[in-house]
Amino acid sequence: MIKILKYSFFDLMRSRWSLIYFSFYLLLGFVLLFLNNDVSKAIITMMNVIIILGPLIGIVFGIMYYYNSMEFTELLLAQPIKRASIFLGQFLGLAFSLSLSLVLGLGIPFVIYGLFQSGEIWNFLSLLWIGFILTFIFSGIAFYIALANQNRIKGFGMAILFWLFMAVIYDGAFLLLLVWFRDYPLDSFALVSSVLNPIDLSRIMILLQLDISALMGYTGAVFKNFFGSGSGLLAAYAILMLWTVVPILAIVRKAKKKDF
Amino acid sequence: MIRFDNLTKKFGKLEVLKELSLEIRQGSISAILGPNGSGKTTLIKCLLGMVIPDRGTIELNGIDIKGQYAYRNEIDYMPQIANFPSNLKVKEIISMMKDIRNREARDSELIDYFELGPYLNKQLNTLSGGTKQKVNIVLAFMFDNPLVILDEPTNGLDPVALIKLKELIKNEIKRGKTILFTTHIIRLVEELAEDIVFLLEGKTYYQGSVAGLVEMHKSNDLEHTIAEIFSKNVKEEVK
Repeated sequence: MIKILKYSFFDLMRSRWSLIYFSFYLLLGFVLLFLNNDVSKAIITMMNVIIILGPLIGIVFGIMYYYNSMEFTELLLAQPIKRASIFLGQFLGLAFSLSLSLVLGLGIPFVIYGLFQSGEIWNFLSLLWIGFILTFIFSGIAFYIALANQNRIKGFGMAILFWLFMAVIYDGAFLLLLVWFRDYPLDSFALVSSVLNPIDLSRIMILLQLDISALMGYTGAVFKNFFGSGSGLLAAYAILMLWTVVPILAIVRKAKKKDF
Repeated sequence: MIRFDNLTKKFGKLEVLKELSLEIRQGSISAILGPNGSGKTTLIKCLLGMVIPDRGTIELNGIDIKGQYAYRNEIDYMPQIANFPSNLKVKEIISMMKDIRNREARDSELIDYFELGPYLNKQLNTLSGGTKQKVNIVLAFMFDNPLVILDEPTNGLDPVALIKLKELIKNEIKRGKTILFTTHIIRLVEELAEDIVFLLEGKTYYQGSVAGLVEMHKSNDLEHTIAEIFSKNVKEEVK
């Protein structure tokens, strides 16, 4: 698995798209920091970008990478290695290379600006960590969708729809439900529905970490009340980990049974 | 020896292999022939563990391959379409394969043979189709395994490379390897194959020597014989 990971990683790091992704974050980092002149504001803006863009890039790259390397994967399948190693190796190679673009792209401007003197280092690191986790979750889901769909158009469509649902539609639908059922106690409903969406969950986590109640909205407030900041953070982490592990298990399961 | 026993595989409603049984003896070179959709590729993929049969068994040297992967250490495989990670260099893909198998290989010998030296430091996405196919051949033959499986090996090769590939295959036969290949090019069959495995609708229609099949159909040559079987098959399907 490590061998496949290594070569997938090298292949992807040299691709044009990794460079574009990296440059985008680099540019964004510099613009936000040097125009805003305020590290914590920049982190909040970064957060809003990362929790939408990270999943989108993860899912699109995941789908594209899987389908593009399909023929080569067939050659790998004929080698004396386990199926699971091939797909996990490719998935991890992709997730690590995307994460590296993220870390370097955001890290460089922050370090140049003087992150280490600002006292925001922990908030910045948790932002990167969230970006990491979201990349892993969504590229994992993309790999699973691609494995489950031989038809590329269908796979691509499903992946984009999944992202659209999680990143955009979910919040709207959630809000509508809250308005419709405002006469009922909705705390546990709000709690459960934010757990079911990794993007929402990430947002809450960063806001809990930054301790900005004003931006938290209804879900965040409920979360904070229910868990208290410290244990709320832990619970959110645990659930995010679950979100990371489940697609990986699903990939392994699907890969074992599939015909190529 | 390879033994397929009652192999059945369905893709949805389509039954691609229907209780196919077949034996390939050690040290022989067999061409797998048949019209499109007769199950050639599926048969090969079953042997390589890429397609999991619904029923039936495949034995390689007396050992059932179901759920195994280490047996592929003894197999060289050349897929039909050569498509590699686009940002890796030729020498990197070769060392990747050596890395995966954790074995020494005769890659430099084959690189010289196919004159790939000048391309070693080029990225794979900059190569022409024919050159990619040559890389594909090097990857397939470099481990010098006793069983070689080739899926449409002559796709996209220029005449010079084609002659070299045929020479290479003939040499491998002399060295006692078992070779299985699929093709639509009848001349290649006549030139290389000792045995023919003819598949029709997921079953073995004929297995034996080239001369035997021609004789069976009282035809002049292999090309006409095969054309006859194909068209008969189409007529029956239409009925």
